[in-house]
Amino acid sequence: MNGAADMGGMDGFGPVVQERNEPVFHAGWEGVSFALNMVTGVARLWNLDAFRFKRESIPPPEYVNLSYYGLWTRTLELMMLEYGVATPAEIEAGRAIAPFKKAPRAVTAAECADMVRCGSPYNRPAPSPALFKVGDKVRAKNMHPKAHTRLPRYVRGHVGEVVRIVGCHVFPDSNASNLGEDPHWLYTVRFDGRELWGEQSDPTVRVCIEAWEPYLEPV
Amino acid sequence: MNGPQDLGGMDGFGPVEPEPNEPVFHDDWEKRAFALTLAMGMPGGWNIDQSRFARENRSPAEYWSMSYYQIWFAALERMLKERALITDDEVVAGHSLHKPKPVPRVLSPGDVLKVLHRGGPTERPTNTKPAFKPGNAVRAKNINPPTHTRLPRYVRGHVGTVDRVIGFHVFPDSNATGAGENPQWLYTVRFEGRELWGPDGDPTSQVSVDAWESYLTPAD
Amino acid sequence: MQLRTRALQTILTEKGYIEQAAIDELIETYEKKIGPRNGAQVVAKAWTDPKFRKWLFEDGTAAIGSLGFGGRSGNHLVALENTPHVHNMVVCTLCSCYPWAVLGLPPLWYKSAPYRSRTVADPRGVLRDFGVALPKDTEIRVWDSTAELRYMVVPMRPAGTDGWTEDKLVELVTRDSMIGTGFAKSPKDLR
Repeated sequence: MNGAADMGGMDGFGPVVQERNEPVFHAGWEGVSFALNMVTGVARLWNLDAFRFKRESIPPPEYVNLSYYGLWTRTLELMMLEYGVATPAEIEAGRAIAPFKKAPRAVTAAECADMVRCGSPYNRPAPSPALFKVGDKVRAKNMHPKAHTRLPRYVRGHVGEVVRIVGCHVFPDSNASNLGEDPHWLYTVRFDGRELWGEQSDPTVRVCIEAWEPYLEPV
Repeated sequence: MNGPQDLGGMDGFGPVEPEPNEPVFHDDWEKRAFALTLAMGMPGGWNIDQSRFARENRSPAEYWSMSYYQIWFAALERMLKERALITDDEVVAGHSLHKPKPVPRVLSPGDVLKVLHRGGPTERPTNTKPAFKPGNAVRAKNINPPTHTRLPRYVRGHVGTVDRVIGFHVFPDSNATGAGENPQWLYTVRFEGRELWGPDGDPTSQVSVDAWESYLTPAD
Repeated sequence: MQLRTRALQTILTEKGYIEQAAIDELIETYEKKIGPRNGAQVVAKAWTDPKFRKWLFEDGTAAIGSLGFGGRSGNHLVALENTPHVHNMVVCTLCSCYPWAVLGLPPLWYKSAPYRSRTVADPRGVLRDFGVALPKDTEIRVWDSTAELRYMVVPMRPAGTDGWTEDKLVELVTRDSMIGTGFAKSPKDLR
């Protein structure tokens, strides 16, 4: 979707503001928000792409006025509601009211430590050979899906060069809507700054993105 | 600028919600914000392109959470302060504290209807000829100026057809920065829905914009 | 906002930049005098007078000007013809440009993000929000008002209005039908 999260090339946000000696979490609740999100991943309540999709579909006025972890907490609320983990009354009350029907076993600290150490790799066996090779010129498609995608608006329609074949990865556009992992070949594609931003822009700039094969067409 | 006002094609704002029997103004202050903005046009000495830029040139956090007339009011305040017509301490006090600056003209009540009726025509005389004619295929340039422009992001890079040669008009991109009117030939350019939005676009839809000549290049 | 606006008005009046009576006149004009009834008169005339209709689509500014309407946000007017095959919609994605001279000030929905963001990408979806459905093969033309041209839609004349006077036809022309988010009323809607 063309939501508020797709910020590449947007003006009006002001200068980058750096905070000296910034703590990892600005408040205790931020740490809790972070940890809850990790735990729900370990518990496999939903997948990461679905979580991202939910976050980016928060209405833009709310999205840009929430802090980073405010967004995470808000998204967690929305996911818990959507996946039947909690009811609106329970979110409002801040406690469980009805017993959870199909309770997963509680995630342990050891499992969390394992997750931090091993992560959750996204590469999968390839269903077919890669379409593109390094050096190929490709065009990012002019696609505007309503659901989740990782192809930012600012590259759509523009021509770049494949600089790396990353591998075969879970396809977020499908996974976010729980339509299956549907893995596809993933490439690093490099664009000239002037291709993206016009003739008046900085000629020394290049921008790379990772793009799945369904995002690209041969030139 | 690629600011929060450039909304064409953005998702997430929800349904359009018409209000039955909506009043022209929802509040007394809205009427004032509207009328003050119009009345200060002449004494303020700004042009409409500058006032549009003053509205859009703010953070998305502000723009997307302020109401329509809150944005008008904020822009009016900013333009007045930029020109030292009012000062911060006066705004806090709610009264004039310093000597007023001389202004070119003030809108008198008797002139209101006449001024409204005159409006603000933007056509200017020229001896030049338009570069394009109806039927020509043109491509909207991929320009990304940090200042005011009227070429929305969703058409940039796309190919459309010149529908009409409108005339020779004040160029907002220039006028908004105070660099002068610098008028150019202005065209209505029509784009197919699928050209703009890809294969999933509505094949029965077309979108047109009014584009100045420097926004366009010939497409083959 | 009430306090802030009144404060600004006080300051500007005290400095002599504005006259209070001019402010009141502006408010009165757009609250009571200039509104969609102007555009409805244009449409009713186009429905009954073929010569005016032709002139209206060739030179909107002049034709509409001949009825006494024009000026602010109406110096450069274009009338758009709805037919059984083509439906027009007007939007300003970049701000809120609207033909004040014939429609008055725009409603809040026209100026808000949902309409501005979705109309150029999904006009049929927006029409659904208005309870309007068009035949699948009707061509929809969306006009994004990026310059000083201001657009008004001339809706199709409803059936069952043969012989009606302009004054009576004016009652059928809704504001939304002149933006493109609705149709003109039918005679039975009036009863």
